[in-house]
Amino acid sequence: MKFVLKALGNGTARAGVLHLDSVAAAIDTPSLLLSTRKGLPLFTSPDLLSSFPSPDSRLLHVSPLHFLEGLSIKTISKIGGLHQLVGLHDCGFAAFPRDSIQCLPEATATNKTGASFETPCGRLLIKPAEYMEMISSMKPELWATLADEVPAWVSDKRNKTSVDRTIKWLDECIALSPVSGAIVGGSSLEERRRCAQEVATRNVSGYWIGGFGLAESMDERPALLNAVTEALPEEKPRLICGLGLPEEILQGVAAGVDLFESTYIYHLTLEGFALTFPLDGTQINALNLAPNVAGTDPRKINLRATAFRKDATPIVEGCSCYTCQNHTRAYINHLLNVHEMLAQILLEIHNTHHFLGFFGLIREAIKAGRFEEFRKDFVRSRYDHLVEDSSEPVLLAR
Amino acid sequence: MALTPFCSPPPSLCSSFRSLRRGLFLPLLQAYPYTTSKGAVPMPETALMALRFEVLGRFNRARAAQLTLPHFVCQTPLFMPVGTQGTIKGLATNQLEDIGCQIILGNTYHLALRPTSELIDELGGLHKFMNWPRALLTDSGESSGWKANAPYTRGVYSNPSMCFTLAYFGYSCYINRIGADIIMALDDVVKTTITGPRIEEAMYRTLRWIDRCIAAHKRPYDQNLFGIVQGGLDPVLRDICVRGLVDRNLPGYAIGGLAGGEDKDSFWRVVAQCTAALPEDKPRYVMGVGYPLDIVVCSALGADMYDCVYPTRTARFGTALVPEGVLKLKNNAMAEDTRPIDSTCACMVCKNYSRAYIHSLVSKDAMGSQLLSYHNLYYMMQLSRNLHSSIVRGKFPEFVCNFLQKMFPKGDVPEWVCNAMEVAEIDISSCRARFRDD
Repeated sequence: MKFVLKALGNGTARAGVLHLDSVAAAIDTPSLLLSTRKGLPLFTSPDLLSSFPSPDSRLLHVSPLHFLEGLSIKTISKIGGLHQLVGLHDCGFAAFPRDSIQCLPEATATNKTGASFETPCGRLLIKPAEYMEMISSMKPELWATLADEVPAWVSDKRNKTSVDRTIKWLDECIALSPVSGAIVGGSSLEERRRCAQEVATRNVSGYWIGGFGLAESMDERPALLNAVTEALPEEKPRLICGLGLPEEILQGVAAGVDLFESTYIYHLTLEGFALTFPLDGTQINALNLAPNVAGTDPRKINLRATAFRKDATPIVEGCSCYTCQNHTRAYINHLLNVHEMLAQILLEIHNTHHFLGFFGLIREAIKAGRFEEFRKDFVRSRYDHLVEDSSEPVLLAR
Repeated sequence: MALTPFCSPPPSLCSSFRSLRRGLFLPLLQAYPYTTSKGAVPMPETALMALRFEVLGRFNRARAAQLTLPHFVCQTPLFMPVGTQGTIKGLATNQLEDIGCQIILGNTYHLALRPTSELIDELGGLHKFMNWPRALLTDSGESSGWKANAPYTRGVYSNPSMCFTLAYFGYSCYINRIGADIIMALDDVVKTTITGPRIEEAMYRTLRWIDRCIAAHKRPYDQNLFGIVQGGLDPVLRDICVRGLVDRNLPGYAIGGLAGGEDKDSFWRVVAQCTAALPEDKPRYVMGVGYPLDIVVCSALGADMYDCVYPTRTARFGTALVPEGVLKLKNNAMAEDTRPIDSTCACMVCKNYSRAYIHSLVSKDAMGSQLLSYHNLYYMMQLSRNLHSSIVRGKFPEFVCNFLQKMFPKGDVPEWVCNAMEVAEIDISSCRARFRDD
């Protein structure tokens, strides 16, 4: 694994290149880690994965906890590790236990022996030694050490304990390399800084920033993120978990994070949404956004709406994803109405494609030196149409 | 998910009903403008046919043929997966093409309910709506209660002819609008487990209804109306029905009313009788079949087309189809099994995934259903291809023996299969356990 910085945007946003042995081409960062369940996407079947833009779609997040339900460590080793197991030889896997969809850290149950997670098969306590065994059988390209993540509301004492524990576990896990050291610290600026500084002194090949997306507010987040990234050396990659929405991703990019695991695509897909904002670099404004129910986010459409019953156009005209090349909004609307699985498959494909495009826009903006501007425009576009159409009464729906 | 059976009939139907009650003649036929689908294969001049059926090889009663339909040229025997609501559950159309599906089923009743046949028509027909370039077949969905649930049949059910007029008025419009290559006639189905005069009543009603279906069919050059042979398990009734349908010179015939719980011995005899009596030069479709073993037996007896929800449904319950029969992936023994589902299968799933991995997915993740459905359909398509090619190459008996040996390695081939193969004149003695001398 090799990481090289290419450009620094205004502020601390940065563009880089990640080289992994298993992925033929170099991956530009900031980049998205696609969410998986047991190594495969939730809905997109493996033969359709190759239709995504490469190589930015080749980084997958895997949680070792998923395998505790049905697959023993011995069997995974016998099969030969993740790549053999899931039949994806040209992808890179980043393994860390937290999966913001289903395996959520349970801070009240974590203790000195291990980290606790709420999973579909109940509450599980993972000890560092167990965790190390899972990682060695899976053989991911990137992996993070075990962390004690706490939500924003815990006491200072609990927060301090979590930092001490995480660093202790890092030292226990560090034998296997290359490893991304986990950094926690809750909502305390000092603890965040302290943890980051400690981890920075260890011999790790990158950093995994945990503990976000656990009830801290959007306003306090940038300072916490900066407290971490300022203490870290520039030349090593930073991964983060728990930032879902595009606005949150932009916060992470602004603070200097390189790789993101996000649940945005999952939530959009389950609720029937499809992203539609332009990806060709035109400024996102009220004119080119989807005409929509007043008050809703104009950057996406909800295909359950009856407005799309007879709409024989693709989700986004000119989109090269499998869904837009082959199917219409009317068909997806029908599939959603009759509760067919194909709806989620087609939506996940389009949303993944589109969200990867969003990351492309981020990288371009950083390289062109206008990241902050891009970020402001994008965040504002959520509410632009409300300002434009102020003559009509506005229903502030979701 | 329960279907709400009621949907208000189109306005034209309400006014027609009122005029019926006033005793005015209800014109069933309206000039129905239609366009032939883009890229349709030019059809022969024969009236009322939109298909060509050419037998390429035979072995006694079994036949391998080329079935040319408006949207696709198919090889029979073939299996048709069921995509009730305009999709095969969990699979995309390009995957279906990769697997080798030739014809897919849609269900008129379900599609008429959602998204409605008018919408499908407006958007260019079902092929365009679901973006399936190959052939489609629509069934009436009698098992889902087309007649029981269609609102305009309630209350007037005492007068079946009135009921049909009202039900069929809708039906013909729906099937013509949906635009499938093959459309099944509306028939009166009863379960084979029922006995008594109801079966005879259903058989005669089916014959009366086929005439009305033919009269109401507006696109005979574009869509093939298949008749369905009913008559329960009674050979006399079946014979009457077959002769009645054959007289109508339809493009193809289906053997219906089976695959509903009857014993296998009765099942194969009905299939054998019907295939013997149905014309040689038209396709024969056994509805609701099914298990790979049943398909092999029916093909030996001279049937060409099959449909069933079994492969995809059983996939969603974690069961894979293999040459030995079935493999239950949910079984705990699978958790340590690092072999592929079927080492002789060339599908994407068997080439990339172990039983252990699929075991960890089934019944917990959508991906498990998808991968198993993919494999099961691939298995059925491969079975279809093998049936076709073994008949064409003159190796059909070898194929059947090989198939039975894998499925019954101890030689315990079921009695009904042996009897059926005897009638089909296929020697399977090599697959059967020999009587021991000691």
